[in-house]
Amino acid sequence: MYTNRAAGLAYVSPFLIGLALFLLFPFLASLGLSFTDYRLQDRWSDAHFVGASNYVEMLADVTFRKSLWTTLVYVLLTVPLKLAFALFIAFVLNFKLRGINFFRTAYYLPSILGGSVAIAVVWRYVYAGDGLINQALTLAGFATVNWLGDPSTALLTIILLRLWQFGSAMVVFLAGLQGIPQDLYEAAKLDGAGPWRTFSRVTLPLLTPVVFFNFIMQSVQAFQEFNGPYVVTGGGPIKSTYLLPLMIYEEAFKYFEVGYASAISWFLFVLIGVITAIAFRSQRYWVFYAQDRERAP
Amino acid sequence: MASSVELKAVEKRFGTFEAVKAVSLAIEPGEFAVFVGPSGCGKSTLLRLIAGLEAPSKGSIHIGERDVTHVHPSQRGIAMVFQSYALYPHMSVAQNMAFGLEIRGMKREEIRAKVARAADILQLTELLDRKPRALSGGQRQRAAIGRAIVREPEVFLLDEPLSNLDAALRGQVRVELARLHARLGATMIYVTHDQVEAMTLAGKIVVMNGGRVEQVGAPLELYHRPANVFVAGFLGSPRMNFLEGSVKSVHARQVVVALASGPVLLSRDGAGLVVGERVTLGVRPEDFRVLSDGSLQRSVSGGAIGGAIEGRLVLAERLGAETLVHVGLDTTVLDTRSEAPVIVKIAGDLPAGAPGARLRLAIDPEKCHLFDSRGAAHRETAATEATAKLPVSA
Repeated sequence: MYTNRAAGLAYVSPFLIGLALFLLFPFLASLGLSFTDYRLQDRWSDAHFVGASNYVEMLADVTFRKSLWTTLVYVLLTVPLKLAFALFIAFVLNFKLRGINFFRTAYYLPSILGGSVAIAVVWRYVYAGDGLINQALTLAGFATVNWLGDPSTALLTIILLRLWQFGSAMVVFLAGLQGIPQDLYEAAKLDGAGPWRTFSRVTLPLLTPVVFFNFIMQSVQAFQEFNGPYVVTGGGPIKSTYLLPLMIYEEAFKYFEVGYASAISWFLFVLIGVITAIAFRSQRYWVFYAQDRERAP
Repeated sequence: MASSVELKAVEKRFGTFEAVKAVSLAIEPGEFAVFVGPSGCGKSTLLRLIAGLEAPSKGSIHIGERDVTHVHPSQRGIAMVFQSYALYPHMSVAQNMAFGLEIRGMKREEIRAKVARAADILQLTELLDRKPRALSGGQRQRAAIGRAIVREPEVFLLDEPLSNLDAALRGQVRVELARLHARLGATMIYVTHDQVEAMTLAGKIVVMNGGRVEQVGAPLELYHRPANVFVAGFLGSPRMNFLEGSVKSVHARQVVVALASGPVLLSRDGAGLVVGERVTLGVRPEDFRVLSDGSLQRSVSGGAIGGAIEGRLVLAERLGAETLVHVGLDTTVLDTRSEAPVIVKIAGDLPAGAPGARLRLAIDPEKCHLFDSRGAAHRETAATEATAKLPVSA
């Protein structure tokens, strides 16, 4: 049946090799390394199996605990705010207006740019002591704020950097909104539902699959945020923006504690997995699928 | 409570496109009115104007005594059944029905009672807790009607409500709708492109074409006295046959029309007709009779023969109780509207009709429709109308 097996394998080999080399191998290696005392400068053969001691150490580590807490705060603030903001913009961009496609494109642009290091650098300048925002505050007659130097505001700037990249969630919301039949809005109009009731009783329930999808995507991404704290704040001040991915990076490539960094990676991986699993389980209480998942009675 | 609906010179433009052109129309309280016409004729737009889902570019809309032109859809005392049913998919049947009442601030017990009563009328009681996706097409349709009924509207608006049902169910629901109308006594306005639905359901048919009302009247009135070629061709299945010709002579009770195949005598008052004028002769498929010719023996039972046309048998569609005979005319100029054959409907079967067999078709002088060159029906004077145009049984 598969007479061209060799040729077929040759064609898919770039992908398979890439997958094995850059994904599967690091994935498994990090799991293995998390149970060793391997340091970056060591040879593989010098690594010793240390059992779960990296994990035990991690749970007692004050820096790790603070970083975990910061990460949770970051995710808890970022994801709902971003979803709400993306939904709001999508809702507005769903109106039939002249030139609406221009606005849709314009609002999507930050998402293309937003994740890049360059934008993070821009962000650093915008929030700097003599940056754009403080200049504007001065002009408006307000006192300036030490955005990046104050532990109480530094995390906020990192959160805003992520909120600004609402475009991809917005596009998905927009597609979801456009999938809601116009008839239903007309029926709601005839039923006498005003804008708020139409949104809360018709639009939002029908949009829950999309909300769910975006929630998962955004949560997973938020847990992995690295560029913002690395470039804009460097994790400071006083580790107030020291998210787990940054800690993993520093443990591995600054302190060379690859074994320890691997353990934190795996902790983060399991944490994301558990939260995603809980979200999937919760679906039946709040997500409505128009297509049939259960059998009709 | 049933209300009248009146449209006064209503126009609707979408950009440069005129969807509805100066429509004036009165629908009596409790009447079952059907807007019928081909797609794009403006019938759905007209319904949406009455519902308030579109605002007229000109003119006014009245429901009962009220001018509702600028009244919000929910305040017009109407309920609408959408072609797609537009049931809220995340709500149960009961919630769908209750939604509008909740918004009005009605008490819970009252809502429950109204929903139960409507469900009872529509045999939906067993299905009240189901979501729309767990319903069959017919059940969804009933749920959509139920949502309309609980609102106790003055006017029901139905937008092609049967078009998503299969043929067998459509016939059944059609009967149910007629019964429902009789039971509720409400004014109903029903949009369809299906002339059978229009004929069977309507108390009053409004035939529309190109944004205009072509004719308004009772179903049989439109069937027997179409105002123009469009209405004549639209109502009736198969459609009326049109034969081109010219007026040859005009007498007090007789008109002779020259067709390419020869003269046809019509028993009608020729007032207003001019000799030599181009006219279109309209003959319904059931008003032809197949004459004896060679092997084709059909008894000519009663009725005078005004004239005859000849052609070859193209196709016989045998429906059991009746047969649709397609006859290709010898002179194609006869039917310049299209090259389509003349269709004849006869009771029973066509004996031994092989394709190619020659047929003669007799035209009954009493049962012809005559249209002028602009397509308007030639009307007889009132005195002769009464006797000449009543449906005659052959």
